[in-house]
Order: sequence, then structure tokens, then C-alpha cells
Amino acid sequence: MQLDVLAVLNNERAARRAAIVVTSIDSGKQRLVKAADIGDDPLRRELAEHLRNGKSGMEETAEGRVFLTVYVPAPQLVITGAVHISQALAPIAKLAGYDVTIVDPRTAFASPERFPDVKVIAEWPDKALPPLGVDRYTAFVALTHDPKIDDPALLHALSRDCFYIGALGSRKTHARRIERLKQQGLNEADISRIHAPIGLDIGAVSPAEIAVAIMAQITERLREEPEVERPRGKAAS
Amino acid sequence: MLSTDNDILKAAEAWRKEGRAVALATVVETWGSAPRPVGSNLVIDEQGNFLGSVSGGCVEGAVVTEALDVIESGKPKMLEFGVADETAWKVGLSCGGTIRVFVEKVE
Repeated sequence: MQLDVLAVLNNERAARRAAIVVTSIDSGKQRLVKAADIGDDPLRRELAEHLRNGKSGMEETAEGRVFLTVYVPAPQLVITGAVHISQALAPIAKLAGYDVTIVDPRTAFASPERFPDVKVIAEWPDKALPPLGVDRYTAFVALTHDPKIDDPALLHALSRDCFYIGALGSRKTHARRIERLKQQGLNEADISRIHAPIGLDIGAVSPAEIAVAIMAQITERLREEPEVERPRGKAAS
Repeated sequence: MLSTDNDILKAAEAWRKEGRAVALATVVETWGSAPRPVGSNLVIDEQGNFLGSVSGGCVEGAVVTEALDVIESGKPKMLEFGVADETAWKVGLSCGGTIRVFVEKVE
């Protein structure tokens, strides 16, 4: 690979934009195709397909045998609530390769002492979320139990097509949340995208165990085949 | 610290810019049970330092050795690793899969 190609690739990745490296197996020739430029590429059909499923792979094409290395942005995790569960969830998610951001306007919660090495924004969601570039490579988790904080954040996450959206709260709490969100104009299809009660059902009790259940459910969503709809786990409240 | 795929490519760029000779290995095909998915990267410098993985640690040693060759010659290589033959002490994958790894120099 040419160093300048590698540098452009790293730039695209830093900006959370997808790109594909096309390598000819016979000649070793390479080119980088940014996601925005795929429509102009001779292999646009193959590239679009690989970008959609996010998987690298070998293809027989008009250009011969090529390997497509697909680089989609690193998944990010955005959490509302600088709470006890977040103190466990943030490091777990970091280990799993996520960029983690916690949003909580309550400065007593959102302190650097409670969250060393994590990006914590002590602002309301309407101010904190737009600059984060929440997208389909983002998992969003609402953990404050406070509708004033969680509801606007959930609306933002739904509008940005996050691959995972979860909200802490019992069935009863979630039923009330659904009522509120419906008044905001959300339909059943939108609401069914929210995982609540949050996390896989592993009998989690402690904050750290609930964090494991949440991370497991996020992983399940990230790695599932797009065509297959799997049953959703139910767990911690 | 665990290295993510992102760190690996950043390291490849940083190492090269420091003036080190660098090769990049990429898993391009897998059959059967394989530990790392297609597209996984391993970056190697001329001293044999490496970051990332193309298997569960089974064949990294062999890939690094081949990468030193690629760094020297500048010519890319396609490597294939199959099931480990324990009696022959050959490098292989104990998980029973087969992987193909493309190794190229970062110019």
C-alpha cells in the first residue's frame, strides 16, 4: 500500500466516513474509494454491496480477481447518564473497541473523578448530542431514569438511525415512556427499535452485571446478519 | 492495551513516517472455522515488531517472517495456512480452518 493512500484512509476513518481499498490480486495494484465516490467507480455495484454489509471479501470482477477491504467507522457508544452502570459500561465498551461518550447535565454525576479516561459532557442532550455525529455506527443507551434527559436523547438517536438503542427502566417505566414518546409523534415501528428493559436476560443484578448484559445486547445487534430478525433478549431494569 | 483495527492502521502510518520499513498483512479469505474475520490487519516493521492479529496467535510468527521478506523484496505475497499438523511441528491453525493472508509493503 502507498503511504499517501494509507494516510487518506486514516483521515477518512478519523472523520467517521467509510472507505474501501480495492486490491488487484494479480497485479497488486490498489486504489482507495471513499464511500461518497462509490457511484463513480467502475466496480460500483460490488462496492455498494460490500459497504452495505460492512464486510471485506474477494470478488471476481471485470477487473479480474480483487480483494475489497471495507473500512467502516469504529462503532461509538453514546450514553445519557453518568450513573453507576455507566462507570462499568464505559470501560467494557472501550475494551470492545468503541469510542465512548457520556452525556449528563447533572454536574455532580458528570465529574472527571467518577469517570477517569472517559469523554463526559456535562450538558443537556440538545446541546451535547448534535456535535457527536450520532449515526448508524452508533449505539445509544439511556440510563438516567429522568425523562427530561433520556427522552430528547432517544428522539435524537431514533432520528439518526443508531444500530442499537436501549433504555433503562422496568416494563412499567417503559410503558410510561412509550406514552410520552407517542405524544411526541413516534409510531409503533420507531418505538419497537428501543430495547427496553435493556440488556440480554442473563439475570444481571449489580451495576457491572447490567453493563455486561447491555454490552452483550449491543454486540448481538452489531454482529447480526442484516436480513435476519432475531428475538430480542429482555433483562435488567 | 488492546489494539483496535483503527490503531493498527494508524500505527502503520506512524511507523512508516518515522522512517521504519513496514508491511501490512490482511486476511483476505477464510474457510471453515477461522479466528479472525476477513479484513483483519497485522502491521509489521523491519525489526519484527508487530501489532494486530490475523489468527488467534497461531500463525503470526510465520506471517512476520514472510513480512520481513516482503519488506526486503518489495513484492507482495499471498500466504495460506491450513490445519496444524502437530506431528510435523508445522505452523498451522489448531481450530481446523484455512486462511489466506495478503502481505504487502507500505511504500
